[in-house]
Amino acid sequence: MTDKSILTLDSVYKTFGGIEALRDLSLSIYPGQVYGLIGPNGAGKTTVFNLITGVYPCTQGQIKMGNRDLTRLKPHQIVRLGLARTFQTIRLFANLTTWEHVWVAQNRSTRSGQRGIFPFRRAQERILRGEAEEILTLLGLWEVRSHKASTLPYGTQRKVEIARALAIQPKIMLLDEPAAGLNPQETEDLLKTLNKIYALGKTILIIEHDMRVIMGLCQHIFVLNFGQKIAEGTPDQIRRNEQVIEAYLGKEG
Amino acid sequence: MSSYFLDLFSAAGINILLALSVYCPMATGQLSIGNAGFMAIGAYVSAILTVHLHLPLLPALVAGGCIAGIVGLLVGFPALRIKGIFLAMVTLAFGEIVRNFFMNFLTSLTGGAYGFRGIGNVPVSLVWIWGAVAFFLVFFFFLARSRLGLCMIATHDDDTVGELMGINVVYLKVGSFGLGAFIAGVAGGLYAHYYLYIEPEFFNVWQSIHMVLYVIMGGMLTFWGGVLGAAVFTLLPEFLRFLQDWRGAFFGAIIIGLMIARPSGLLTREILRLDFWLPGRRGRLL
Amino acid sequence: MFIQQLFNGLMLGSTYALIAIAFTLLMGILNMLNFAIGEVFMLGAILGLTFIKLGLPMYPAFLLAVLLAGVVSLIIERFSFRPLRHAPPLVPLLSTIGFSILLQNTAENLWGSERSQFPQWMEPVDFHAGPLLISSTQIIIFAVAVLLMVGLDLFIQRTRTGRGMRAVAESIETASILGVDSTRIIVITFFVTGVLAGASGILFGLSFSIVSPFMGIEPGIKGIAAMIVGGMGNLRGAIVGGIFIGITEVLSVAYFGAPAKDFAVYGALFLALIIRPQGILGMIQAEKERI
Repeated sequence: MTDKSILTLDSVYKTFGGIEALRDLSLSIYPGQVYGLIGPNGAGKTTVFNLITGVYPCTQGQIKMGNRDLTRLKPHQIVRLGLARTFQTIRLFANLTTWEHVWVAQNRSTRSGQRGIFPFRRAQERILRGEAEEILTLLGLWEVRSHKASTLPYGTQRKVEIARALAIQPKIMLLDEPAAGLNPQETEDLLKTLNKIYALGKTILIIEHDMRVIMGLCQHIFVLNFGQKIAEGTPDQIRRNEQVIEAYLGKEG
Repeated sequence: MSSYFLDLFSAAGINILLALSVYCPMATGQLSIGNAGFMAIGAYVSAILTVHLHLPLLPALVAGGCIAGIVGLLVGFPALRIKGIFLAMVTLAFGEIVRNFFMNFLTSLTGGAYGFRGIGNVPVSLVWIWGAVAFFLVFFFFLARSRLGLCMIATHDDDTVGELMGINVVYLKVGSFGLGAFIAGVAGGLYAHYYLYIEPEFFNVWQSIHMVLYVIMGGMLTFWGGVLGAAVFTLLPEFLRFLQDWRGAFFGAIIIGLMIARPSGLLTREILRLDFWLPGRRGRLL
Repeated sequence: MFIQQLFNGLMLGSTYALIAIAFTLLMGILNMLNFAIGEVFMLGAILGLTFIKLGLPMYPAFLLAVLLAGVVSLIIERFSFRPLRHAPPLVPLLSTIGFSILLQNTAENLWGSERSQFPQWMEPVDFHAGPLLISSTQIIIFAVAVLLMVGLDLFIQRTRTGRGMRAVAESIETASILGVDSTRIIVITFFVTGVLAGASGILFGLSFSIVSPFMGIEPGIKGIAAMIVGGMGNLRGAIVGGIFIGITEVLSVAYFGAPAKDFAVYGALFLALIIRPQGILGMIQAEKERI
């Protein structure tokens, strides 16, 4: 297979204390597509995200972004390479407004990221402001840009989280259960938002339980159970896969 | 201006600097109840330099601040691993260790527990103190508006997520700790050269706690909070003369009440934004 | 000589252990640091002395003082804990700092800032046990401290309230589901810590012949140090920590002179927090983030 994968996991193992959370996990992600990561609760999906973003190291195995080995890197360095994520429970910055969430995440674009006490680099800041405006408008957050994010309704907070991730100008976006806790109306809205992001050319990897989101959006799905990949393929293939059905329904067996 | 008011405003100025020194690490989510230790380092180092080595004032102050700042960086690094109350306790222990250090070591230079007298070579006036205050206020003014300042608040809110958004949390936390130490050191140097006498007993836990209280009560998330808190609590006792010896109890009661009624302190980030007062207008008040 | 110092350290450590237990109870059950315990400690001693001066015989005076200390602790609960249950942990801590200032200043005004002491309560008899020189005062104080600790342990292990306390320590929500009245448990916990702190103050005052409004500051901080060094949230840890701090203090004075005392204690606290925050017996994992 001509290999221009943008993100690869290579025989990854992760053990916590005595418990093996992930076992011999390998997967490859190619640019510009939407991937789903599904599996029963406790299958290890969030652990995969945590390993990719460097929250903790792999017990064994390798994670690469393009050619770059992510093993030794710290989270903020991995982010700088173009990887952004959201969280299962929304984790916004309690004291920041919507607009400030985007601004604070635009670290990647500035050279050292965090300089800018004194008003030098006017031109660059103007460009960034423009980008921020685009992101907020795209997600319908322009009206609430000056609101303290913690005061917004849940569905809107989700969008702020996504806006924050977008502000990093990532190549890859990792979304952890973006539809969790949303009512049907908000889920529709989310689907539209995710489609827009896909249209921007981002590569997306979504963890979800909501099958509408997964089947509606993803071109390729990985299925995890007990820390192992038990299947992967197109939505159609997964829908008909025996093992997958058993994993989800097996307990009721 | 009478000497009484001079002293009062000098004290206010120094307390403002101390409040800023506590605000700095607090803005990244680190509570330090040991800044009296950094103040002591700055005070003693600068005093030794002017009295024994006859250095002029400015280099001595800066040197005192720098040494305090470096110690701050050294403490800030291991402190990264510790959060919340544990961190507060580490800083408290640190402050006490510093106080003890000056009580027992270098006593030939500093007079130890008997105090360091006659720091009179280059006395400091109100102008120096408020000059320093102005300098740091300008600094924080620009910092608050910058991306860096915002990253600090994000770190304060959630440093794990902050790191996952590309913020170099280590730099910010250690740096703010060191900067706070520097400012406390400068304040210490100014204190020493204004009052011309220092003793280790002065730089104790309660001194550290008072600094923290200025910030807590004035408002934890904006540097103006500490400024307000320091000014009010330095000047207020003068208006509460009638309370006599009960000022401490009054102070304590205010703290208790404030924590129930308005735990984030008097000034919040929202109050300082224009659209709090005039909806629709963007921009900041201060 | 060394053995003697160890012994003295053990005696001193037992009073620190009592305060450390007071801190630990609140920390373990409510995750809260009550800065004002040092002042409750002081109030125990001061009130005890006041009642004696008012004519009460010694034991009733002490009993009354200790109960009042518990009441003061209840007041603290009412203002520093109950309204602030859902605030970030910093807020109740600061509130108790406020109480600390309030109580100290009040004591200063009502009782004067001079030091006093308890009247002579018995003829101290010194006797030898092997190489050790033991004073009867020491023994009695140590015995009372141990009795209180054992009593507390039994209370927590054997009574319904004690089990309620352990349940709340695990999780307030779960405890409620299991039918535990957590408000009542919390109130009782505060009362108990007040009693322990007050008793500790009296014992301390008797040991060192000091009663003053400022006597609680250092023991308070050392109690916190003992709690942390021994292992947070863990009663055995508090005892171990208290004894450790007591021995450290005594040994450092014996071998390095009085100035070294605080150095050693705060140095130990500093190192403990940096190297091993969970303390000697601690089982609390260093906070591992759950994402």
